[in-house]
Amino acid sequence: MSSVLYDVPGPKARRISLIASIVGALLILGLLAWIVMTLAQQGIFEARRWQIFTRADVWRLLGNGLGSTLAAAAIAAVIAFPLGLLLCLLRISDAAVIRVPMRVILEFLRGMPVVLMMLFILLGFGTSAFIAVVAGLVLYNAAVFAEIIRAGIQSLPRGQREAGLAIGLTSYKSRMLIELPQAIRRMMPSLVAQMVVLLKDTSLGYIVAYGELLRAVQVMADFLGTQYLFPIFFVAAAIYIAINISVSRLAVWIERRGSKKAAGGTAKAEPDVLEAAAP
Amino acid sequence: MDVIIENLPLYWNGFLRTLFLSAVSGIFALILGTLLAAARVSPVAALRGFSTVYVEVLRNTPLTIAFFFAAVVLPRIGVKFEQFEIAAIIALSTYTAAFIAEAVRSGVNSVPVGQAEAARSIGMKFGQVLSLIILPQALRTVIPPLINILIALVKNSSVAGAFFVLELFGYGRQMANANGDAVITVLLGTAFFYLLLTVPLGILANTVERKVAIAR
Repeated sequence: MSSVLYDVPGPKARRISLIASIVGALLILGLLAWIVMTLAQQGIFEARRWQIFTRADVWRLLGNGLGSTLAAAAIAAVIAFPLGLLLCLLRISDAAVIRVPMRVILEFLRGMPVVLMMLFILLGFGTSAFIAVVAGLVLYNAAVFAEIIRAGIQSLPRGQREAGLAIGLTSYKSRMLIELPQAIRRMMPSLVAQMVVLLKDTSLGYIVAYGELLRAVQVMADFLGTQYLFPIFFVAAAIYIAINISVSRLAVWIERRGSKKAAGGTAKAEPDVLEAAAP
Repeated sequence: MDVIIENLPLYWNGFLRTLFLSAVSGIFALILGTLLAAARVSPVAALRGFSTVYVEVLRNTPLTIAFFFAAVVLPRIGVKFEQFEIAAIIALSTYTAAFIAEAVRSGVNSVPVGQAEAARSIGMKFGQVLSLIILPQALRTVIPPLINILIALVKNSSVAGAFFVLELFGYGRQMANANGDAVITVLLGTAFFYLLLTVPLGILANTVERKVAIAR
């Protein structure tokens, strides 16, 4: 692979790079081996610790936890997106009476930790943990969606709106028929990336005692004994990460597809930077 | 209102602890993230591979999982911490470093190709090209996204409150349990202290963004 940052490596540089690669790989392997040895000394790899995975009820509990995680994420995403759209329209409204308070509300929602919002709803309104998790996710992510879509609308050439108004559309119709479809398509990578964040944030449900995947791990470790904590945690973390990586891959795929299609006209709106901005 | 005034010392302690956690983790994350970004564009394949895998895995790990690993799993398998703050700092900085690495990498890509070519043509090595020419310009363009990541870090530090660290969220939860009749007031107070950190940072990010945009 050549890069503008360094010269095409010659035979000597290639040799050095190969040696460095091997040494680096050995170092990483050594570190992994050390971790595995340390874990083995704790008896983590004894077969009896992993035998619990032959029990159907362990998988059933993990499955229930995963189901709760996905249910909270799906419901929150389905509510948050239209709500974000609405908040965005209010935020860029022509009337200052609507625009200014909306701006304050969005700043407030985006500036607060999601977990604090969940706790607020749980204790303040005495709801169930499920509603607290979903409502917390909806409020926060709707605000973020609103900001992403607003950034998309603002990145459009001014002529789009002017042309819409010039052919006699109302301000609202110009937004709905001309600006939003372009803005949403342009911001698709950021929107999908935010969906991944939403999915990741469901794990905060653990803190407000919602029975999601991580809570299932904790419950099983308490119930079966702490010697099973590591195996169960390891499997649950692998499930979580595998799901998130697949959704992230989907985001990258959508981005590639979008930029290929967009080659004819629309520019890409720095999805890299926006994506990185929302951990 | 009285609840907030009575508990002001607790809020203040929590606020300082949150500030401390965010600042220390932020510094570690910035250093680690920049190193990871440098590894990602380096000529050595093993470094590139390591950095890619690290970023990909950590970016897709829920923060709660990272915290659970650092604060619950590590002590059970023999890594003991004197204070849980250390576990929190490890979880926060390793997690945030992945996002910083991505931001810095996109900054490196945004530096015009001619800069690196010019540096190489006067005989600079990779280390010199990166540290003297590319990174100073790249970091400048990514300051706004970096500030946004730091804002997220301040908010993410609240997860530490659920893992045995008494910071703003931890105190908030404690006070909410102690003052059952004024839960909403107590938690609004907690939110206020978070906004005290995040809103000025957000305004700073916007200002810097505008300045950089004019300079280019």
